Amino acid sequence: MDPECARLLPALCAVLADPRQPVADDTCLEKLLDWFKAVTDAGSSLLLLQENPCLVELLFHVRKPQDLSSRILSFALRLAGTFAAQEDCFQYLQQGELLPGLFGEQGPLGAAAWVAPTVRSGWIQGLRSLAQHPSALLFLADSGAVDTIFSLQGDPSLFVASAAGQLLVHILDLAMRGPAEGRGPAEGRGRLQARDWPACARRIVCHLEDCLCSEAAPRVTQALHVLTTAFGHCHGLWTQGLWVQLSPLVARLLEKDPVPAPHALVELLLSVARSSVLSSDPGLWETVAQTLSHLSPMQAGPLAAGILKLQDCPQALRIQAFGVLLRPLACVLEAAAQAPGTPGLLEGAAGDQMAVDTLPPSKSVCVGLLCSTLAHLELLQPLPQRPSPWPQAPLLAAAVTILRFCNGSAAPSSELGGHLCAMLVGCVRVQRAALDFLGVLSQGLGPRELVTQVFAVLLEYLVSPDSSPTVLKKAFQATLRWLLGSAVPPSCCDLEPHAQLVLRELLAVLQKRLCSPCWEVRDSGLEFLTQMTRHWGGQATFRQALLASEVPKLASQLLQDPESYVRASAVAAAGQLSSRGLHAAPSSPEHPAGPQTPLEELLLVLTTDSEGFPRRAAMRVFTEWLRDGHVAVAEDRERFVARVLQAASGDLDWEVRVQGLELALVFLQQLLGACGPGAAPPCALAQALRALCRVQLFEFAFRSLFDCDRPVAQKSCDLLLFLRAKAAPSGSPQEAGESPDVAPVEAALRRWRAGEQGQPLGELAPEAILAVLRSLDLEALRDTLAESSDHVERSPQSLLQDMLATVGVLGDNEADCY
Amino acid sequence: MKLYCLSGHPTLPCNVLKFKSTTIMLDCGLDMTSTLNFLPLPLVQSPRLSSLPGWSLKDGNAFLDKELKECSGHVFVDSVPEFCLPETELIDLSTVDVILISNYHCMMALPYITEHTGFTGTVYATEPTVQIGRLLMEELVNFIERVPKAQSASLWKNKDIQRLLPSPLKDAVEVSTWRRCYTMQEVNSALSKIQLVGYSQKIELFGAVQVTPLSSGYALGSSNWIIQSHYEKVSYVSGSSLLTTHPQPMDQASLKNSDVLILTGLTQIPTANPDGMVGEFCSNLALTVRNGGNVLVPCYPSGVIYDLLECLYQYIDSAGLSSIPFYFISPVANSSLEFSQIFAEWLCHNKQTKVYLPEPPFPHAELIQTNKLKHYPSIHGDFSNDFRQPCVVFTGHPSLRFGDVVHFMELWGKSSLNTVIFTEPDFSYLEALAPYQPLAMKCIYCPIDTRLNFIQVSKLLKEVQPLHVVCPEQYTQPPPAQSHRMDLMVDCQPPAMSYRRAEVLALPFKRRYEKIEIMPELADSLVPMEIKPGISLATVSAVLHTKDNKHVLQPPPRPAQPTGGKKRKRASDDIPDCKVLKPLLSGSIPVDQFVQTLEKHGFSDIKVEDTAKGHIVLLQEAETLIQIEEDSTHIICDDDEVLRVRLRDLVLKFLQKF
Repeated sequence: MDPECARLLPALCAVLADPRQPVADDTCLEKLLDWFKAVTDAGSSLLLLQENPCLVELLFHVRKPQDLSSRILSFALRLAGTFAAQEDCFQYLQQGELLPGLFGEQGPLGAAAWVAPTVRSGWIQGLRSLAQHPSALLFLADSGAVDTIFSLQGDPSLFVASAAGQLLVHILDLAMRGPAEGRGPAEGRGRLQARDWPACARRIVCHLEDCLCSEAAPRVTQALHVLTTAFGHCHGLWTQGLWVQLSPLVARLLEKDPVPAPHALVELLLSVARSSVLSSDPGLWETVAQTLSHLSPMQAGPLAAGILKLQDCPQALRIQAFGVLLRPLACVLEAAAQAPGTPGLLEGAAGDQMAVDTLPPSKSVCVGLLCSTLAHLELLQPLPQRPSPWPQAPLLAAAVTILRFCNGSAAPSSELGGHLCAMLVGCVRVQRAALDFLGVLSQGLGPRELVTQVFAVLLEYLVSPDSSPTVLKKAFQATLRWLLGSAVPPSCCDLEPHAQLVLRELLAVLQKRLCSPCWEVRDSGLEFLTQMTRHWGGQATFRQALLASEVPKLASQLLQDPESYVRASAVAAAGQLSSRGLHAAPSSPEHPAGPQTPLEELLLVLTTDSEGFPRRAAMRVFTEWLRDGHVAVAEDRERFVARVLQAASGDLDWEVRVQGLELALVFLQQLLGACGPGAAPPCALAQALRALCRVQLFEFAFRSLFDCDRPVAQKSCDLLLFLRAKAAPSGSPQEAGESPDVAPVEAALRRWRAGEQGQPLGELAPEAILAVLRSLDLEALRDTLAESSDHVERSPQSLLQDMLATVGVLGDNEADCY
Repeated sequence: MKLYCLSGHPTLPCNVLKFKSTTIMLDCGLDMTSTLNFLPLPLVQSPRLSSLPGWSLKDGNAFLDKELKECSGHVFVDSVPEFCLPETELIDLSTVDVILISNYHCMMALPYITEHTGFTGTVYATEPTVQIGRLLMEELVNFIERVPKAQSASLWKNKDIQRLLPSPLKDAVEVSTWRRCYTMQEVNSALSKIQLVGYSQKIELFGAVQVTPLSSGYALGSSNWIIQSHYEKVSYVSGSSLLTTHPQPMDQASLKNSDVLILTGLTQIPTANPDGMVGEFCSNLALTVRNGGNVLVPCYPSGVIYDLLECLYQYIDSAGLSSIPFYFISPVANSSLEFSQIFAEWLCHNKQTKVYLPEPPFPHAELIQTNKLKHYPSIHGDFSNDFRQPCVVFTGHPSLRFGDVVHFMELWGKSSLNTVIFTEPDFSYLEALAPYQPLAMKCIYCPIDTRLNFIQVSKLLKEVQPLHVVCPEQYTQPPPAQSHRMDLMVDCQPPAMSYRRAEVLALPFKRRYEKIEIMPELADSLVPMEIKPGISLATVSAVLHTKDNKHVLQPPPRPAQPTGGKKRKRASDDIPDCKVLKPLLSGSIPVDQFVQTLEKHGFSDIKVEDTAKGHIVLLQEAETLIQIEEDSTHIICDDDEVLRVRLRDLVLKFLQKF
């Protein structure tokens, strides 16, 4: 600890101990604890306490019954735990009977302060820090703390209850690790027998056994949570013994009807199955299999999905789990089937009775089941360990069927189908989940007639006026994925014939959607157009269809949309369309005197739009155009860069300025990149510098170095460093001896640094620029910028001073938040 | 309580409720779908329509060719359009006491009822309903009268001939009841019988029932009605809406605790969400206009058009349509736009608050001010000078059979650049378009029906929990075209009772109580006696006086004093004799104690038998039998009056008297 902090500490301790001077800000206490943790991690806690007796005094003071705020009490408990984590310091604090006073019966445990959840939480966290060594175990056993922890598992505060469970696991781990680690490798392999477990561990395990046998579901849940944490976080061999001891009790839960705490049980089984130590237990897989068959489809879904994600588990179980996961979808297919016996998703298993058992009669539960099933399968689809063979075709059929149920276009003949239809019709949640899933399935394609159905149902959604904006967006996304998926492999840019048919209808839909009164719809429509153009802009069928439609004209008109997000998307679309030569003639009837080319149009957006999003989008388009050599740029690249930089440099939005520097960097790379890595030849450099001067890049870059927004300054720093690296060898000191006049530049830089922005840089000679570049300490500037903005204020000394200052003037500056 | 169902159209209802001693007609909607069988009435001579070939029977018999014309494979009646009236034979309509109107669409048959059936009662409706209803009628009369047609076809209605006609004429129902449109004079006379009412106003009908209009949220001044007596409540829910459009929101709470809820006027397009349809409307409108085409919107002069204009007000700038003219053509366009602005108290909260700013509640005022929206009484006159294309025209009638819309259909129908957008849900758009085929113009169907859908109905019924629901039969099964959509029907417990045209329903509930008032002086004389905690009884002797369906108990007249020697009996003296009243008894006789008492009083050899209804106490010595039952006690002994009186007095000891 530095001397200044040590000097401030007694005053701070006095403030903390004084109930009349409450600490207003909780985060100070957290920061203080972090700091003490860092100090004790780095050195001896004992020494710290001996050198700063005020700390011990504070802890003693807290023990006395008084009106201390619960936050201070909680802080003190955690602080004591932090110190006591080191065994010698623990002994030291024990000598003063301080720890029993804080954590034992005499402490806050029996006092009124215990009512505050923050005190209970502090007590648990203090013990959690403290429990690091065998002495701590003894202390816990003697002080009766373990019983208190047991009772805190049912605490009304969820944070406290959860922390209590974790503390139990921590204690168990500490207790078991000791003896297990003490043995030789041979003994360790043959697990520790239950009777050899330390007393403390035995008590906890007994408690867990009691809970598991309890009739009260909350107690069962607590025990399952503790075990889940234990098997998830502890990987010692002892966990094996614990599982052997408790697994029969866990299995017995399945005999009850209904199964208590099904969610917690699933979590536990998955935690055990994921543990490398325990997953070799054949009994485990038996229990999992039983659980899968006992739980309702809604409860078993997460377990099935979890099992299927495992790298390694018995094949029979995987088949069973996949069956459980697929069952709701199989029922949907069954319900939609026109005739019984239509091949479904699960061979032989489907049937009316199963469907009635699987699909809950309540709408909300049924919707929840279908959504979670679709989400699980969506996550499973891309995994290498997904079940094989993957039933792509029936899954596609199921997704299409669900979507048809949701928009009312399915015409089931069965009673179940009618019921399902009534539940799902218009349900946006299921629509979104099914569209997402359908999108994911595009990876695998399927039989032709099914793919036709997929496109048909997607078109239905895109056309339907009843599709909500979010559903529509997902429908657009899924459509794009299917179009991408159906590209013919050899050329990879030709659409399949049927996709080409879909394309015409899609453009008709898009045309209408771009005129929607709902801005979200216009926005999704434009995004879809941009993506389509990106992928098929070069493909003849697409180009013909697009040019024959109204879409390019409508997209261009949306540059004047009242909603800024839409304008931004319209800018991106215009950029993409223009890159592919697909843009509409920009003149509109309302603005005959308006800009004539896409470049002019977007420059107008950049210079006049009142919102940041469209201007940022315009900058991104310009950068892309420059990078890809867009025709309009290639005509006069320098003029293009100069105009864009001029507009970007004066922009109020820092992201636009960063984008401007990005564009400048691309330009620079294009000028010098051809020279290969390393320094550029002098003549190329001189030429480049002249070009850079002409586009007034330096004025922008130097100004940006002192930009009040850090990312702009950083970007500028990178840009200038790149340039200097290219220039370094040619700019030897001898050459600099010819001394170009850099004084005006340096004067301007100084003024900019001081915040005077008005001063222009004026004409610059390339030599002067090189000289200035060399004279600037860009590395140091970069390092400073890399520090977070509060690096000065984050020192412990500043923290202590702040806390003292705040307490002194508390009440005067409540409104001063930042 | 009976319900006479005079209309088969679920959204244009006409029912008569007999409740207590009153006869109440609930709405009188006019089914105008019959006009779809007629040829359109063109405002401007249409060579196409006038040169249509006459229709002849398969055997070549052409005796109907003057009445029926063939057009694109359909046959139409070439005559003045006629409307399908509510049943007039099911019940004598002159006995109807009052007519309750729920909204301006449901009063279009009013002149037929009030002017031609001997009706002498009163009609109740809110002010906007009457004013806008008048506009709708005026427009209708105007549309039909300004194209006079000499011919009136009636031959085809002959049942034997109708059978030979092609569909849909063959299947048209009740053609004999179809009538030509009323005149303005009849409209004025009918409307003069209306009494204006306000929401929640209580109107007494003959002292028997009370009727109250409640806001229904569907249109300006639209109402549901509560019809209640002291102990019974019937709710009549007609066109209602829970969406936030321009009218005052629906009052649901007042519908609670109804014995019967009559449910009519649900959305006609349950699968179309109005919001989606408005989006569709705007998109198609913009697409057409941008391509240089014109948009035709066949509509009524009031109602959804206000909301559409409001949407367009917000949309046209964003869609770059500011320079496109919007025309609203109707003989009542001006009145409709202006009326909408003055009914502030009938509008939703947002619009009401605007009035205090002060600003016009509807933004169409601004559209008119800025010349974006122009309105004309007809295509003749100023409109032809101002007309500029491309444009958007709102005009009637939505059936496309009369009104200015006929002209625009003829004018624009040939170009595929133009679009007709159907927003009114009352007519099948394919049938409406039939006489205009072949048609190059694009047709978009975006029916906007803001009335309750089935999900909303099921929520409403759960909320208000009526004992019985009565609704048109169409609502008790899914629509025929979507028989699997079990969600598209009224779902309630017990299942709703359904009705169809010309059916009489006995409503499933019996009246059990009647309220009777007691005059204060009579009440003063009562001496209640508590027979159970919380329950007191008193005997009362009074005269029940009933007048105007009110019942009052008055003190009985004093026994006539003998007046001198005159003994002449007058009619007014003929009053009930007031005998000295015997006290009333109450309580029950505990058999064990009764037996003990008998023993105490010297009776012996007593035997008690239990019977199904009570006990029999046998006094074997005295050969006497006392039969004690729940509501009677009999002492049976042989002519021993002394013994009987003794026993009677013992029995009475156990009973309370008052």
